[in-house]
Amino acid sequence: MNENKNIRVVVGMSGGVDSSVTALLLKQQGYEVIGIFMKNWDDTDDDGFCTATEDYDDVIRVANQLDIPYFAVNFEKQYWDKVFTYFLEEYKAGRTPNPDVMCNKEIKFKAFLDHAMSLGADYVATGHYAQTRVNGDKVELLRGFDQNKDQTYFLNQLSSDVLKKVMFPLGHLDKSDVRRIAREHGLVTANKKDSTGICFIGERDFKSFLSEYLPAQPGRMETMSGEDKGSHDGLMYYTIGQRQGLGIGGSGGPWFVVGKDLDRNVLLVESGDDNIYLKSDQLIAEDVNWINEPESETFDCTAKFRYRQKDSHVKVTILSDRRVRVDFKEKESAITPGQSVVFYSGDVCLGGGTINEIYRDQKQLDYVG
Amino acid sequence: MEPIYLDHAATTPMHPNVIKKMNDTMRDVFGNPSSIHHFGRSARAILDDNRRYLAQTIGADEKELYFTSGGTEADNLALIGVALANQNKGKHIITTEIEHHANLHAAEYLESIGFNVTYLPVDEAGYVNPSDLLNYLCDDTILVSIMLINNEVGAIQPIKDIAKLLNGHQAYLHTDAVQAYGLLNIDVNELGVDLLSVSAHKLNGPKGIGFLYAQKDVKFNALQYGGHQERLKRPGTESLPSIVGLRTAIQQIEDNKYSNFKLYSRYRDLFYQRLKESEIEFMVNGNIDQLAPTILNLSFANTKVESLLMSLDLEGIAASSGSACTAGSIEPSHVLTAMYGADHPNTKNSIRFSFGLANNEDQMIEAAERVIKVVKRLTGN
Repeated sequence: MNENKNIRVVVGMSGGVDSSVTALLLKQQGYEVIGIFMKNWDDTDDDGFCTATEDYDDVIRVANQLDIPYFAVNFEKQYWDKVFTYFLEEYKAGRTPNPDVMCNKEIKFKAFLDHAMSLGADYVATGHYAQTRVNGDKVELLRGFDQNKDQTYFLNQLSSDVLKKVMFPLGHLDKSDVRRIAREHGLVTANKKDSTGICFIGERDFKSFLSEYLPAQPGRMETMSGEDKGSHDGLMYYTIGQRQGLGIGGSGGPWFVVGKDLDRNVLLVESGDDNIYLKSDQLIAEDVNWINEPESETFDCTAKFRYRQKDSHVKVTILSDRRVRVDFKEKESAITPGQSVVFYSGDVCLGGGTINEIYRDQKQLDYVG
Repeated sequence: MEPIYLDHAATTPMHPNVIKKMNDTMRDVFGNPSSIHHFGRSARAILDDNRRYLAQTIGADEKELYFTSGGTEADNLALIGVALANQNKGKHIITTEIEHHANLHAAEYLESIGFNVTYLPVDEAGYVNPSDLLNYLCDDTILVSIMLINNEVGAIQPIKDIAKLLNGHQAYLHTDAVQAYGLLNIDVNELGVDLLSVSAHKLNGPKGIGFLYAQKDVKFNALQYGGHQERLKRPGTESLPSIVGLRTAIQQIEDNKYSNFKLYSRYRDLFYQRLKESEIEFMVNGNIDQLAPTILNLSFANTKVESLLMSLDLEGIAASSGSACTAGSIEPSHVLTAMYGADHPNTKNSIRFSFGLANNEDQMIEAAERVIKVVKRLTGN
């Protein structure tokens, strides 16, 4: 225990139960723990209410319960430049971005990590449900023990060098254990509701949020054969495979979004969840990151195309530095440009990239947007 | 590692004599000064004695002192109270860009209800130019409010000169003397001010008590309503232990003939000398030969104020940036922005060190060593 007392760990504390317990566990293990709240977004309303202020209050209360120093640091500018700008650009391009992946890459495990290191930290810790494992001179990223909460999907852009400085103290726990530990220690955040959705939107309506930044352009919905199916509110509000909120009546449903025609501002829909237009067997991913460099140019592994999906068997072929082709063992449904494809070998997360092109029977599906 | 407190401009530790006198008062005198029985009368006698003492520390009459909860309330009472009571004479107020937020936010409120406020600029050293005042002073001006010592950089403002310029003009002159009281020997007549704000906890007194001096002819409205205390201008049962605490704090200083000024100067100089001997790069915000000795605001090139403050804290050095921060939003200091212009690097890499009762000479060298260590680490040297 005592050898930990000279190891300085900076915990990213959000004011939620996960990061509260993260700090608690490290404190119990005898580390020198420092809590830091990141303010990445300002949502101050006319009454002066700001979610971040409330959350930081919770950080202060928990930090005082644990008797650790706490600070707040502002990354609004970095977040805007690196995460939010990307988020808007992707929506403008008709794609479905993954801001959490970008936030981990650019903010939590870059700007925040750098800041922690400038404070003389040996490690940073977060409340992510993921694990690390030292393998020789490398560090591997492993799925969280709680398969239902596993967050490695969002951590696919980290590197072994970054992971060497990172601790995930909740990685071996169930979410229910985390709540229980928080309650047993009387942490004020023990029963705080988990945040849902994208951090900067919070509980607000996604559509109204997005429309503040991007003008919505309503248009028509058509089937792949050109049959008119009514109107849509703006292409950016829809994602591939979406079933809810289309408002198409009559027989022959249910209806699904299968693509977007950006030039004509038309949303492409087809009926039935097994319709061929949703299916694909190959994709090209870009901005691919390997947590540790793979040993060969081609290999079999499993992959997730969206968060919380089951793994699928795939074959990966490295095309160039940051570009790979992924062949699926079986046809997949509703692969979406802009989302991450993340690769696994057993419990080891290998890395991932951004889905860019999608193919079926060696023909590119250019209608997916 | 011994923590070293270099944030006396934020607040100060209470002097042991202050604590003792307050304890005595809490134990021995619990009566309400407004009560007409023995208990009330003995409290009232002590209240009056303290008011008289405090009034003479600034050359005022005891009837010109209004106890408040501290500097913020005194500033609010001065600005809003004067504005509301004198709006028939005009709706223009002049203040500066470098005031405390207790002043600036009260001024913003007055703007929101129809007053016009001019915010005077300052030069690169943090001084108001008295002649600027004449550019803005008009028949409609009812109040000029300029602080005596700036709380972020320590610049002592030319209040006397400003008072002279206002001779014969209807406008009242208010000064926020929160950083100055107990450091400079103030005489309101010599200074030429009509209103002056004071807070106890900056001079080793308790928090939650201060006063507004208002020259007897000054018209101002109360901002709260209740009993007859403070001649109706600030109702509410007086906090006698706090008032005794304030008095004891200033008496301590008066009895020592303001020798604290010299002592704190010495602390600051030791700290500053050691930094100058090191190879770290820094500059003083303000003109060091003309600053209040308690405050030293330094800009460290190629650093960020957030990292500096956190790193210093982790090294046991308690300092602050002039700017308040809530939940991670460190606004660039409005004082440094006024001095250098928006986006100047000094507005984002400056730290205020302020010296006082919690310090001794040995600490100054130690504190400087720790600052040097942190700055070296942050600048990669």
